[in-house]
Amino acid sequence: MNKTFRDTDMQAVIGWILRLGVLLSMSIIFIGGIIYLYRHGHVTADYHTFKGVPDFVHNTRGILNGIITFRGRAIIQAGIILLIATPIIRVIFSAIGFILEKDYLYIGITVLVLLIIMASMLSGHAG
Amino acid sequence: MLLSQFKLKQMMSVIVLTLILFIGSYFAGLLGSLTGLGGGFVIIPLLTLVLHVDIHYAIGASLVSVIATSSGSAAAYVKEGITNIRLGMFLEIATTAGAMVGALIAVYIPTNFIAILFGIILIISAIMSLRKKAELINQEKNLLAEKLKLNSSFPTANGPVNYSVKNVGGGFFMMLFAGVISGLLGIGSGALKVLAMDTIMRIPFKVSTTTSNFMIGVTAAASAVVYFQRGYIDPGLSMPVAIGVLLGALSGSKILVHTNSSGWLRWVFAVVVTFLAVQMIYNGFIGKI
Repeated sequence: MNKTFRDTDMQAVIGWILRLGVLLSMSIIFIGGIIYLYRHGHVTADYHTFKGVPDFVHNTRGILNGIITFRGRAIIQAGIILLIATPIIRVIFSAIGFILEKDYLYIGITVLVLLIIMASMLSGHAG
Repeated sequence: MLLSQFKLKQMMSVIVLTLILFIGSYFAGLLGSLTGLGGGFVIIPLLTLVLHVDIHYAIGASLVSVIATSSGSAAAYVKEGITNIRLGMFLEIATTAGAMVGALIAVYIPTNFIAILFGIILIISAIMSLRKKAELINQEKNLLAEKLKLNSSFPTANGPVNYSVKNVGGGFFMMLFAGVISGLLGIGSGALKVLAMDTIMRIPFKVSTTTSNFMIGVTAAASAVVYFQRGYIDPGLSMPVAIGVLLGALSGSKILVHTNSSGWLRWVFAVVVTFLAVQMIYNGFIGKI
């Protein structure tokens, strides 16, 4: 009986994290979007050929600098990072839930998923 | 009629492009949620064929919108207790590993091949969405499913219904493939996930749809971390796409609660999707993408 109680507990926490993450990140993206459109709304858009993205929306230092100097796209990018992090944070909380349930098999499975995501992060960096 | 000949002004200001993207994404999200296929299916053709955006940027923007919608709707489903979290967690090993591989090889694959593959997956998904959904409850015992604690129950009007999971290995393998497709094309590939769980693992339809939705966010995040570092995720494009698709999906879920007659809508969407698929494949073959 204790186990089912914990399972529904975990469901509530996961639902809450997902909702909060989406709400928060989308609000940040929206605010950044308003600033971006206000400052650059009349510039000609060019996405026809792939050139990557400018440095101030690409690496952590650039994004942080961009936020301080109030650049719309840097703020949007921070929101996007939070959005990408939301399901990953959900996995971390599932791991904590399985630790509380002492479900060793699923602690292992969850950690494996986190390791794969980490490997993906590192391999993207190398390429 | 060819979508790519539909010449929109090549020189467009940021604000005009943002408005077109926002409206287009809203309807993509609405249709995606009503049919269960997801918004990416309309977004990528809209960006590449109509607005002539490079396919890499299109995939990046679509991935961001996929994470937003799947996380948003998963939050609601998880609370209802239909989602099988253990099953989702176990299969996420396959989908995240696949997504990582898909995102890594995407760089080395010619863009016209990506367009053709996108069209093919689009047609498969359209056919899938038209299938009759028979609710089958599997009670057969499976040793691996029991060891992994995958068998569970879900709430119905007549109380909880128990179900068992079949062919764990086959489902896992299919999920690996679904992950690669998701990482390669920047879509949720929910149709492939449901196919793996419905037909191979014999999981009740309600559980497979919600669990697939639960897994899509993590799968997309695993490839998004690669795309982000490669500079595929452009904030100016992703902003209207993510907000539009999410709002559209929210409206879609509201409509779905009020009407039960979405049968004709599925047909409309299947026709639209097939039309887009043919355009993607054609443009892929003539090398215009």
